[in-house]
Amino acid sequence: MTTQFKHNGFVLAALSSLVILGCGEKPAAKDPLVEINQDPFPSTYQALPSQTTLINNVNILDGIGGFIESGSVLMQDGKITAIGADIDAPADANVIDGSDKWVTPGIIDVHSHLGVYATPDAQSHADGNEMTNPVTAQVWAEHSIWPQDPGFNRALAGGVTSMQILPGSANLVGGRAVTVKNLPNRVVQDMKFPGAPYGMKMACGENPKRVYGQKGGPGTRMGNVAGYRQAWADAQDYQRKWDKYKKDHEAGKNPNAPKRDLKLETLAGVLEGEILVHMHCYRADDMGTMLDVMEEFNYQITSFHHAVESYKIADLLAEKKVCSSMWADWWGFKMEAYDGIKENIPMVHQAGACAIVHSDSDLGIQRLNQEAAKAWGDGKRAGLDISQADAWQWLSANPAKSLGIFEQTGSLEAGKNADVVLWTADPFSTYAQAEHVYIDGALVYDRNSPDTWPVSDFELGQPGEGDSK
Amino acid sequence: MKKLIGLLSLTMVAASALATDYAIVGAKVHTMSNQGTMEDATVLISDGKIQQVTNSDVNLDGYEIIDANGKVVTPGLFGAFTSLGLVEVGFSAGTVDSTGKETALSTTGAALDVSYGINPDSSLIDISRIEGITAAASSMSRTEQLFQGMGAIISLGDKSEPVLKRAAFTTAVVSNGGADDIGGSRANLWVALETALSEAEYAIGKSLNPSVDWHGMLSKADAKALSAVVKGDAPLVVDARRAADIRQVISLKARYPKLNIVLLEATEGWRVAKELAEAGIPVILDPESNLPYQFDQLAATLHNAGRLHAAGVTIAIGINTHNIRLAKQNAGNAVANGLPWEAGLASLTINPARIYGVDDILGSLEPGKQADVVIWTGDPLEVAQGAEQVFIGGEKIDMVSRQSKLRERYLNQVEGKPVVYSRP
Repeated sequence: MTTQFKHNGFVLAALSSLVILGCGEKPAAKDPLVEINQDPFPSTYQALPSQTTLINNVNILDGIGGFIESGSVLMQDGKITAIGADIDAPADANVIDGSDKWVTPGIIDVHSHLGVYATPDAQSHADGNEMTNPVTAQVWAEHSIWPQDPGFNRALAGGVTSMQILPGSANLVGGRAVTVKNLPNRVVQDMKFPGAPYGMKMACGENPKRVYGQKGGPGTRMGNVAGYRQAWADAQDYQRKWDKYKKDHEAGKNPNAPKRDLKLETLAGVLEGEILVHMHCYRADDMGTMLDVMEEFNYQITSFHHAVESYKIADLLAEKKVCSSMWADWWGFKMEAYDGIKENIPMVHQAGACAIVHSDSDLGIQRLNQEAAKAWGDGKRAGLDISQADAWQWLSANPAKSLGIFEQTGSLEAGKNADVVLWTADPFSTYAQAEHVYIDGALVYDRNSPDTWPVSDFELGQPGEGDSK
Repeated sequence: MKKLIGLLSLTMVAASALATDYAIVGAKVHTMSNQGTMEDATVLISDGKIQQVTNSDVNLDGYEIIDANGKVVTPGLFGAFTSLGLVEVGFSAGTVDSTGKETALSTTGAALDVSYGINPDSSLIDISRIEGITAAASSMSRTEQLFQGMGAIISLGDKSEPVLKRAAFTTAVVSNGGADDIGGSRANLWVALETALSEAEYAIGKSLNPSVDWHGMLSKADAKALSAVVKGDAPLVVDARRAADIRQVISLKARYPKLNIVLLEATEGWRVAKELAEAGIPVILDPESNLPYQFDQLAATLHNAGRLHAAGVTIAIGINTHNIRLAKQNAGNAVANGLPWEAGLASLTINPARIYGVDDILGSLEPGKQADVVIWTGDPLEVAQGAEQVFIGGEKIDMVSRQSKLRERYLNQVEGKPVVYSRP
């Protein structure tokens, strides 16, 4: 999986151990350039076997603003190969009559803690917050994920085909987030989305200051901001050390490589543009401050998460190209959530900013289509006229873009991974359910076939095993 | 004194003379009474009460007519289990009346009375009622004692006195959470509960004035409060999750037949649905809870509501506070998973009213009941539909909350004018 990452500034392929230092001098012994493996936990994901499948006579939301009434979608060899009004069935195709049904891209949740806060939610399963230091960029969520969390299978029945799993929000910098396919298996590497960049979780506001207020700080919002800035300054220093090492090595010297610092390595990865920042931030003023920190240290915040006040600064977020990952209507559980309104998502969308529907919940992830439907309906009643076809961008395309996987998935376009949901009805209805869920063209959930439903190790031999959940 | 009474009755006359009578015409009306669902019906509201619901031509002189053609009308929704009026922001934000700590008053929490703490100015009231929630059961959410105090039935209308019924129910928790709080084990919790009930039964009819000797586990205030529960005058709401705990609750009811027991959550209720139906125990539940959050919820499923209903158990839906407005979505999801639609609407209206014994004034559109009425843009269980106009006690309420004001302020920003100077 060495192709997973572009080589960044401080990682180079090994060079020859010998260089010519100068005219007439003997070649001097030189240590090879220290190379850092950017992918020490490579994906072992394997698509499941798939069958050529044609869904006909079906209403299609392509996820990028298009709607086709009574059209067809063709999936072959794990990819979407055709989408349109009328497609001839290949000889080997399984043809499904989609009359009165709907097809959409698979839902992608950019904010999940499945596996890191697994059910049962015992203390033994609380693996999402490394609350030992306000900056823990060195920890990776994937090392906490329990693939047997029953929540993955519940989310699948809700049409979720990929998700980002993040550390919690206790820390200023919580650690690396990972994007997975919703196909849990024996080890987490089996789920990792091939080619997806890493994310890094950061958090604004109340949580870090509450957690660290009594243990060394930060204890205030201004303390939080000092903490982010110092972390970035340390990362810049670390970059400079590696740059110098690299330049000295290139210049023929035999420098000692700086000691690896796993924390600064992740932060430097953000500054290099290789790792995407996902930042828990509720209040408009907190977000506004972070937009300046972002420019001070020349990195990009990919998305603010929760962002219950994005509607107050939607124009600013559009200008800075920062997405907002939002609930439809959560509010009031703490002060920084007090100004949450139900029209947040459509107002962000209307301002031309990137809007994403996220869950942060093992229940919400099971019905993200309903979150979008509520926001769509609330927007409509407030005079924000957004089509369902446009609104579906909140669930697949925009999340995929914010995770750096839009080339592979997130819309129904020929050539993309066949991550597809067949819904029993208009997915903006409460009564619609995912009937078929396809990941890479493989039928991984079939509501009509109970014997095929996934059951986690944890639920085997327990009351309710294999029940319709 | 005479003068005072005279003044009071004058005020009442004035109030009723000022009340507007409304005729909501043309809607599909789900009465939740034996009139059932009526197409193109007229709902007459007079003096704050439902006057009649009819398909006949009636004289509408004197009524303000509201055209609801193409709309859906239902009774106001009843928040089945909330802490509305007791909490503004629960976390790190000052006083919260829905939680408490032990004092000398009460050894078990039975005597605590939330009716003193209901705040009709809470922003949650406006935010909830403009989405169709017109009344609610409001309770403490946690006391870390055996009982969560006495809850109240409240109205979300504009009256300065929101409490419709005080000491309306008492809550106890016998799930893992209750065991954790009470001695760390069901071995302690259940004996404490049995002891409390038997002492309260013993105390019925006895004077517990300060000079009387009393050496029970309950405080005197607890014993007085709990006697209404053991007499069956106020429901005992019991939070139980696993099938085994629910069976314990059923056998408790067999030992104390007068107890008016209501189950809360009952996550594995579907496994003992037949027994619950036979025991006449209704259930207030969250139909979306389908994960094994604890070892006492292993068989959680989205089908719980539908299976309980099919077995003949009365169910109510809506356990939430800030977002009790999502109860209609919860019910919609129960319908998507096997609950008949009519039972879904009943779970939000007439069923909770019956469970709490306030169906004489709430829960359906029947003559004489409080006129809590909602006009919806469409099927209220559909997530994309919403409340268009809400009436509480016959008053057409202002469809405004601080959230709607925030929306309007930021939808209508004026270039160069700080937002603090714009008031929607």
